[in-house]
Amino acid sequence: MKRGLPILIIVLTVVLVAMATIQPDQLTPARTPDSAVRSLFDHVKAHDYKGAFAYVASSSNTDEQAFARDLSGRDGSLRTYSSLQQTDTKVLNASEDQALVRATLEYATAVGAFYDTRDLKVVKEGDRWKVEWPVTKEAKVPPQVIQENYLRWDVITRGSSDDWGAQNVEAPRVRIVSMNAIPQGNNTIIVGEIENEDTVPGFVSVGATLIGKNGDVLGEETSFDKISHTLLPKEISPFRIDFPKVKLSTIKSVRMAPNSMLVPASADPVIGVLHQRVETDSRGRHVLKGELLNESGVTVNIPHVLATYYDNAGKVIWVSDGYVDQALQPQTPVPFAVDLRDDLASNVHNYRVTVNQYMLTSED
Amino acid sequence: MTTASKERVIKYAGMMAIGLLMVCCFEIAMRATDLNVPATVAAGSGLSTPTSGSGSATLYVYGPGTAIKRKVELGQPIQLSADELQHAGRYVISLDDNRATFFVTAGPVQSIAFLARPSRVPADTPNVITGTAFVFDKYQNLVLQPQPVKFELNVNGQTVTRTETTKNGVAFAKLDSSKKEGPAQFVASSGPASVRRIVQEVASDPCSIRMTVVRDKNGILARTDPIHDCAGNPVPDGTIVTFTSTDAHGKSTVDARIKRGIAEAQLPLSNDATISVASGVVAGNEIQWRGGQ
Repeated sequence: MKRGLPILIIVLTVVLVAMATIQPDQLTPARTPDSAVRSLFDHVKAHDYKGAFAYVASSSNTDEQAFARDLSGRDGSLRTYSSLQQTDTKVLNASEDQALVRATLEYATAVGAFYDTRDLKVVKEGDRWKVEWPVTKEAKVPPQVIQENYLRWDVITRGSSDDWGAQNVEAPRVRIVSMNAIPQGNNTIIVGEIENEDTVPGFVSVGATLIGKNGDVLGEETSFDKISHTLLPKEISPFRIDFPKVKLSTIKSVRMAPNSMLVPASADPVIGVLHQRVETDSRGRHVLKGELLNESGVTVNIPHVLATYYDNAGKVIWVSDGYVDQALQPQTPVPFAVDLRDDLASNVHNYRVTVNQYMLTSED
Repeated sequence: MTTASKERVIKYAGMMAIGLLMVCCFEIAMRATDLNVPATVAAGSGLSTPTSGSGSATLYVYGPGTAIKRKVELGQPIQLSADELQHAGRYVISLDDNRATFFVTAGPVQSIAFLARPSRVPADTPNVITGTAFVFDKYQNLVLQPQPVKFELNVNGQTVTRTETTKNGVAFAKLDSSKKEGPAQFVASSGPASVRRIVQEVASDPCSIRMTVVRDKNGILARTDPIHDCAGNPVPDGTIVTFTSTDAHGKSTVDARIKRGIAEAQLPLSNDATISVASGVVAGNEIQWRGGQ
């Protein structure tokens, strides 16, 4: 009995260590289309692209590196700052040897959750189901010189040794050109547009304070990232301020506070928004789609699309935004899509798309 | 003690008291001095005032930012250095029981504090640039005596000059912005002092926008003619000009920036498109593009 207990403890320890070390074979063959997609994304979630690639059908005509780059991102894009959190799959149709599976992916990114929906073709290879990975053509920009006349504003501010009469250059003059408070369930949304009326660039933000029927403050919020913060001369940006759990009927008035600050800025890059159109996506929801074209010679790492929707009176009725998880290579179109509220889609008479950009390195 | 002895004692005591009183009066008369200070002294010029009498006394001087206490020898002039009388205002000088007051006034103009507002103005606008000058002496005392201040606004060689006289140390001028845009040198000067500020005179909104479109290797290249405001000034570089092309594939927009006076944008190739251009509230011409026709 004296020896029995230590031996039992040793054996138990060895068993537990073995259980922790020896993992079951994770490359279990997928017996169903759904499990093939799930297994692939489980490996992606664990950043095991080699393991994930084992579930890619040979007919995909892609290699492991291209597959990994497609999933992990490249060129400092938003995808490179994200990690897959959750995968939901749904078999849309299936036959004996092929199926179509919709994968709804949720990524955690630096700017919040990012959703991606992919309809994947799954084929049977022998007794295993494998995913035919849609090859994303990598944009190849041929070696060339793109001539740019960079335009930049620099600001000389008042120094500590200046006399008290030396004034700083003034902040740019900005104006809220339209504003509309709209209900969304129990929430109130303030949408509108702000214009830099000045001849210098400005860093702008918009704050709003809701005043209740009794004159009390119901809430105070800012536009946060639902605005283009850096506005060049005569540039107009939409803004949206969300007030969750404040009903529009309880509001007596809204106090708007546009703020601007003079900042050094660059006029580049110029991003064209091509082929804008409102469509319904595969889930039947209204989306505004189009393509972004970086017309300059530098890579835009994280593009941010802001869409403003107007009714037939020209009033702003909604503002939506979305980040694009691909970097914009020079002269290479990249598709984008932003949501449009289905209940407002029929009222949309016109829309305008602007693009914010975030760049990791500055060439100027 | 007899009555006669008492009277003698009283008499001697009285004489001693009178003698003592006379000595005291003499001593006081010897120490007493008058303070003859000028009514005004220029800041930084110092002060010398004679004293009479003999012996020592305590001098007190207090005024704006100044408090002095020191022993002085009577009969010698009191010296207050330039550094001790820097701040303009009313001073009190006290020497034992004598008191006098005098004023320190600001010296000649040595510096100007110049407020120029605003830092950016539209060109060709009347009474839009304000200059306010405060004149100070070497010790930063506001010079209250009327002084001429010259305001000079220079843009691209065009100079507007106006001279104003200070009132209570302040001169003020309102000037028109010039017809031509550019950084205006706004200078206020008085005596040896001169301060320069920059007021940016900028063009207004575009007067009209005219564009042309050509086909190039990447699609359609839209380009404006040089864009000016209604006074003929070039609209500042960096101003946003929006090109819009609408065709069967949807709407394409490019927010181009004016560079070197013109804006251009690459639009997608199309066989049948309507191309328009606008900047702010100003719309330009519209072109119907028919496959390069």
